[in-house]
Amino acid sequence: MKLRSQPISSWLKIPVIFFFLAALSPLFGQDEAPPYESYDAFAESGGFALFTVNNLWLLISAALVFIMHLGFSCVETGLTQSKNTVNILFKNLFIVSIGIVGYAFYGFNAMYPGDFNGFFATGSWFGVDNDDVTMMTDAYAAYTWWTDFIFQAMFAATAATIVSGAVAERIKLGSFMVYATLLVTFIYPISGSWQWGGGWLDEKGFYDFAGSSLVHAFGGFAALAAVIVLGPRSGKYLAGGKVKPILGHSMPLAAIGVFLLWLGWYGFNGGSVLSADPRGVSYVFTTTTLAAAMGALSAMIVSWSLLKKPDLSMGLNGVLAGLVGITAGADSVSMSGSLWIGLVAGALVVFSIIFFDKIKIDDPVGAISVHGICGIWGTVAVAIFSDAAPFGIQLIGALSVSALAFVASFALATIIKVTTGIRVSADEEAEGLDIGEHGAEAYPDFTPAHKG
Amino acid sequence: MKLIIAIIKPFKLEEVKEALSEIGVEGMTVTEVKGFGRQKGHTEIYRGSEYTVDFLPKVKIEIVVPDDVVGKAVDTVVGAAKTGKIGDGKVFVVGLEEAVRIRTDERGDGAI
Repeated sequence: MKLRSQPISSWLKIPVIFFFLAALSPLFGQDEAPPYESYDAFAESGGFALFTVNNLWLLISAALVFIMHLGFSCVETGLTQSKNTVNILFKNLFIVSIGIVGYAFYGFNAMYPGDFNGFFATGSWFGVDNDDVTMMTDAYAAYTWWTDFIFQAMFAATAATIVSGAVAERIKLGSFMVYATLLVTFIYPISGSWQWGGGWLDEKGFYDFAGSSLVHAFGGFAALAAVIVLGPRSGKYLAGGKVKPILGHSMPLAAIGVFLLWLGWYGFNGGSVLSADPRGVSYVFTTTTLAAAMGALSAMIVSWSLLKKPDLSMGLNGVLAGLVGITAGADSVSMSGSLWIGLVAGALVVFSIIFFDKIKIDDPVGAISVHGICGIWGTVAVAIFSDAAPFGIQLIGALSVSALAFVASFALATIIKVTTGIRVSADEEAEGLDIGEHGAEAYPDFTPAHKG
Repeated sequence: MKLIIAIIKPFKLEEVKEALSEIGVEGMTVTEVKGFGRQKGHTEIYRGSEYTVDFLPKVKIEIVVPDDVVGKAVDTVVGAAKTGKIGDGKVFVVGLEEAVRIRTDERGDGAI
């Protein structure tokens, strides 16, 4: 998902399609996409069939990335206590909505001005001419401007939703809403523009195919800073260094969420090919799947041997670790490389989750480990398993995106903490945020009037 | 009239119910409960951290029977709920002053 208007479709060169399309259009075969006088003229041109296929795949991908939000909701709900379920779901619904609206008003234009827009994103207003024919033809990209927007908006919303799981069960709702809005609207496009907008990282030759750094490490390290400011859930860390686990209330939901995220990742990575190029998309599907499967196996084996029990939630985190890991290099690493990336990510995530618990960073869903740690791993793995970019640049890119996310998130959370407060009261935490923040219950168990 | 309270292993509920039905016990109240006795708890693991589960799930059965059936009912519960392993549960028998069938206002043994 590098630059949004790059020349596309090496599969144009596939002879059968070539002849088919060439028969339809005398314009076909030119390097520069031809300008069109009107949309109708474009519809009659030879490139239209291919454009339709490309555009449709990107839209399906956007929808798949959208489903990831259901996945996140399920994982977060499953791995937390039932008394905070309404709160978790409310936050998830809010984030995807504000993420998209914020991206429409600011983020999209800030992140993608079309060419380099400087170290810090400064974008134009939502000043788009809906009658501009180039926005809906292959003169723009392999897809329309609207497809471009909706696909990227889903990504932006994903970056912010990563934080919500890590801060679950103790953050004030209003404070979180302010925090998430500022983070997704104003901070995410800054690091996004560094690479995908054609900024300084792109110029240095950094490579991040679908966002191991730009989306996942960003979200993971923003989460880490927020958790440090927020503190652990009360009762989790006992005196003497003992950890008292706070059990998630629905393993089936957590599993559903991970399977949905795996499904959605086919859009996240598959769509980041930015066309329906058969070679590119099928290759990305393969590396993505291999890394996810290997991540699961690796986490299962490592957690089983380390903890003496086959731990489901660790296996589930292993799937996500593998997926985050492969995201930066899904189109460039070899198939065996994707297996190695999954293998390392799956092991890394288990050690990381245990490590963060040791240093009292309380992350109920493992978001910091899955997205932050494995995001960095995936980014540097591009240099190890492909020649898409040198190791040093990958490391610089991963660390600078993570650093921006951490510093900005730390500042935002600290400002909120000293002004409005960031944490619910101990009483509310004990009673549950569903009652405290929403005055509602997710599972109203005792409602005799509705029974019998 | 006696109230019999039996705490048993949850998977034994069906057998106990069938056995009681066979000796003519016509009703019971069942509650899912948790507790511990000599069986104590066990250790579980969640995301890398161990914890002990002190309260184990059991099922509590409450039945009310006329005095002359008490012995047979208790024997039936014990027979059906026994596995011979620790954690099979307990049976308590309590004297009962009165029983009323709400629909008909019957009292005493007739209300059971």
